Amino acid sequence: MVENRRFLNILAHLVLILGVAFVAFPVYIALIASTHGQNDFLSGVIPLLPGHDTIRNYSAMMTQGLASSGAPPLWLMLGNSLIMALSISIGKIAISIISAFAIVYFRFPGRMIAFWLIFVTLMLPVEVRILPTYKVVAELGMLNTYAGLTVPLIASATATFLFRQVFLTIPEELMEAARIDGAGPMKFFWDILLPLSRTNIAALFVILFIYGWNQYLWPLLVTTGTDHYTIVLGIKRMADIADQQPEWNFIMSTVVLAMVPPVLVVIFMQRLFVKGLIETEK
Amino acid sequence: MSTKRNTFRHRTLPYLLIAPQLVVTLVFFMWPAAQAVIQSFQQEDAFGLSTTWVGFQNYQALFADPDYLNALKVTVVFTLGVTAMSLGLALLLALAVDRMVKSATVYTTLLVWPYAVAPAVSGVMWWFMFNPTIGIFPYLLRMVGYDWNHGLHGTDAMILVVLAASWNQISYNFLFFVAGLQSIPASLREAAAIDGAGPAKRFWTITLPLLSPTTFFLLVVNFVYAMFNTFATIHATTQGGPAGSTNILVYKVFNDGFIGLNLGSSSAQSVVLLFIVIALTVVQFAWVERRVQY
Amino acid sequence: MMRSILLGALLAGTALTSAQAKTTITWWHAMGGKLGDKLNQIVADYNKSQDKYEVVATYKGSYPETMTAAIAAFRAHQQPDIVQVFEVGTGTMMAAKGAVYPVYQLMKDMGEPFDPKGFLPAVVGYYTDTNGNMLSMPFNSSTPIFYYNKDVFKKAGLDPEVAPKTWDDVIADSKKIIASGAAKCGFTSAWISWIQTENLSAWHNKPIGTLENGFGGTAARLEYAKDDVLVRHWANLAQWQKDGIFEYGGPVGGNDAPPKFFSQQCAMYMDSSAGRAAVIANAKDFQVGYGMLPYYQDVQGAPQNTIIGGATLWVLQGHPKEEYQGVADFLHYLSSPEVQADWHQFSGYLPITQAAYELGQKQGYYEKNPGSDVAIKEITLNPPTANSKGLRFGNYVQVRNIIDDEFQKLLGGQEDAKQALENVDKRGNELIAQFEAANK
Repeated sequence: MVENRRFLNILAHLVLILGVAFVAFPVYIALIASTHGQNDFLSGVIPLLPGHDTIRNYSAMMTQGLASSGAPPLWLMLGNSLIMALSISIGKIAISIISAFAIVYFRFPGRMIAFWLIFVTLMLPVEVRILPTYKVVAELGMLNTYAGLTVPLIASATATFLFRQVFLTIPEELMEAARIDGAGPMKFFWDILLPLSRTNIAALFVILFIYGWNQYLWPLLVTTGTDHYTIVLGIKRMADIADQQPEWNFIMSTVVLAMVPPVLVVIFMQRLFVKGLIETEK
Repeated sequence: MSTKRNTFRHRTLPYLLIAPQLVVTLVFFMWPAAQAVIQSFQQEDAFGLSTTWVGFQNYQALFADPDYLNALKVTVVFTLGVTAMSLGLALLLALAVDRMVKSATVYTTLLVWPYAVAPAVSGVMWWFMFNPTIGIFPYLLRMVGYDWNHGLHGTDAMILVVLAASWNQISYNFLFFVAGLQSIPASLREAAAIDGAGPAKRFWTITLPLLSPTTFFLLVVNFVYAMFNTFATIHATTQGGPAGSTNILVYKVFNDGFIGLNLGSSSAQSVVLLFIVIALTVVQFAWVERRVQY
Repeated sequence: MMRSILLGALLAGTALTSAQAKTTITWWHAMGGKLGDKLNQIVADYNKSQDKYEVVATYKGSYPETMTAAIAAFRAHQQPDIVQVFEVGTGTMMAAKGAVYPVYQLMKDMGEPFDPKGFLPAVVGYYTDTNGNMLSMPFNSSTPIFYYNKDVFKKAGLDPEVAPKTWDDVIADSKKIIASGAAKCGFTSAWISWIQTENLSAWHNKPIGTLENGFGGTAARLEYAKDDVLVRHWANLAQWQKDGIFEYGGPVGGNDAPPKFFSQQCAMYMDSSAGRAAVIANAKDFQVGYGMLPYYQDVQGAPQNTIIGGATLWVLQGHPKEEYQGVADFLHYLSSPEVQADWHQFSGYLPITQAAYELGQKQGYYEKNPGSDVAIKEITLNPPTANSKGLRFGNYVQVRNIIDDEFQKLLGGQEDAKQALENVDKRGNELIAQFEAANK
């Protein structure tokens, strides 16, 4: 029995180590590739040990980018990604929390219709309605603007839903007390609801930041100039060059840089992230 | 639908509060979706210079089109593959972590971060590793005598996209399984152990049945993920090839609409997808509301 | 909040346009990499050469991406002045009468000097209507040529100075090369659809469709399967792939083909003449030889002439007159002999005008750069016939995908060459019929 348990523990470690290896291997390859020169890829096989061009690759990408492949310097694309991720996460949280507040704490004509209108958006991933959405954005003159990149993505039922659940668990007495003190709805919102949902907001922020950072299809369509490229989009552009070899060393250094911010967010806010993930889906 | 027993009274405030969300929903969700439905009954040239109503012709053509039927089949295979692979591996890893006392957090950290990597980015990484000329995997496989060629063999291509898509999804499933396992009372398993049930038996008779709500939920989520959120993975790797063997429905909508400029057909495909999403959402919603009752 | 964002964006947009005194001309193109650098340099030179117009060139990704981006933008009334469209998009562009501003018309309306006779007929023929009017401005036209590794040829005991002429030569040489261990594979090819299908038929003077390969109207249909040389060639390619003589380089442009040649895995390689610069840059450890495309010597009339690929510049409707004046001026600049010769010599694209070709001859460019005139010789080998002046079908971008699809099925052993080409015809003609219906 004891022997058996020990065997199982070793097996469990083994499984986990293999799992970690499976998860880490592609990133290891990308890291290694980003340290080599262009010529190391032309023949044979991907190198498995670090090369000597790390600084050259990264500094070239940060400052110049691959202008000829339509990829501006990385700091610009990183900046755009950051703007996009922040606008989407903050925007989503802002509009969701107030609409959830309206739905839970008010009774008004049309409330049910509004709730269902918001809820059905859960059903429509952007990929499904991509062409008509593109047209709407174009007609509003929002192609190649930050507004066009973000506004169509900030409405989502998920966040509204989460806040609704959170508000439903807040004791009735708090509101009674607020009313007795003569506090209006907005004061109640600022002084009581907002502080009480702080952890949920933070957790949701992590999830939405990643969602915004990782968008691909939408920026692909909406940006018509390189000045609004996000980094995820830039990578694909660089890998897609006609009539010549993809410059893997540069592509992979971009890949690494594109992964760093969201991965750091997940690692450093792991507890919040896990909480956010599991609560959003409840 | 529940609200508070007591509510605030205000005539305009609730509308003001809900307006931003509603405006965005109507302008960027409902309106485009309505347009897709209308366009699915039309045939139009690429530039939008002439439009004719064709009734259900686009739909009829769709279901008579072997390419579309193939895409349906491919989507089913792909979805099942991704779901089985990412759920299976995640459950295995979650069970292993559940045994750990001290190292659980470390392992969890090491396993969760792929969630943060964009599907487009992981697609490029996998594409790079499987590059037929310089990729590490074709090289190793050639050494053991397997002629890997995802540019030619549909099965190889399918394996590649399933791997790349699962890689992103494992950490998500893993976290849910870990949470699910933690909510199983230890006393139950201990009792079973005292009764003499071995680890395998305990897994099948206690752990798995008690995990079934989590598993069911994850099944739906993974179906949705594999069917709709893997566009970037396909786009960055096989682009639907070879010979349509990885051409999933979402990719075909994009390809026929944006590259092929066949707007009527693309819209009809969008509408079909819409129905699939609605069906999946209804299932999911039923589950969510049931949970909320507790 | 949304309104203020919208308003802000709107204000920013107007501020931008009114601040500029020069008229801005937008040009969307698909030239990445070194070619993109060169293109940007040409634009910068133009902008410096005068002070009335400012050309803004934007890279929009691959050819299909650029074309669809422009069309989507047109639908949303956001179209650029000029868009670069690849040759297979010609049918779609020509049919869009209300969307394009034909170049001959533009030049006439704007009073810009323009002599269609100065252009190489083999290039311009692809882009003129039935009355001989030029609808778009050729910019980068290329034709497939044959590249080979001289060092490998030497190692295998072959004469490195003689390029194989016929397919029999290619196969005999490949077998020797593989047997001697000089390389692992005989040959690879970019662009199966363009090189091993469309050009193969033209090179052997065979039709691929009705109504002069579609030049006669939108009622034309594909007839690939009726070309027995093509059927034989596809069957051969499948067999050679099995024997290891040929290695497939992937769909569309065949992205995996060039590395196979550069890494000396394959001894021979067929690709666009515009790939010449990349070949020279990447073939670091070996000498490259050039030749014309191989042909089957038993086919009468072969070799005829090759057809072009690459892209032309289309002008889109819906802009103010002063922009079109700038467009006309810029197109005139682009087709001047100096700019053309420079672009042609840098890139390997064909010179589009007689004058640019002659300028290159005067400069002694072709003597100094062996292989640089193969492309010109191929397209001018014989006066083009109805079978070899090009092709013009609607929805052809998708038809090309079908060709790739069926070729992959052929190589995968799911069907034989005849079936594959019959499927190309069947599936392709459905799309072409849809195009005909939608463009009535």
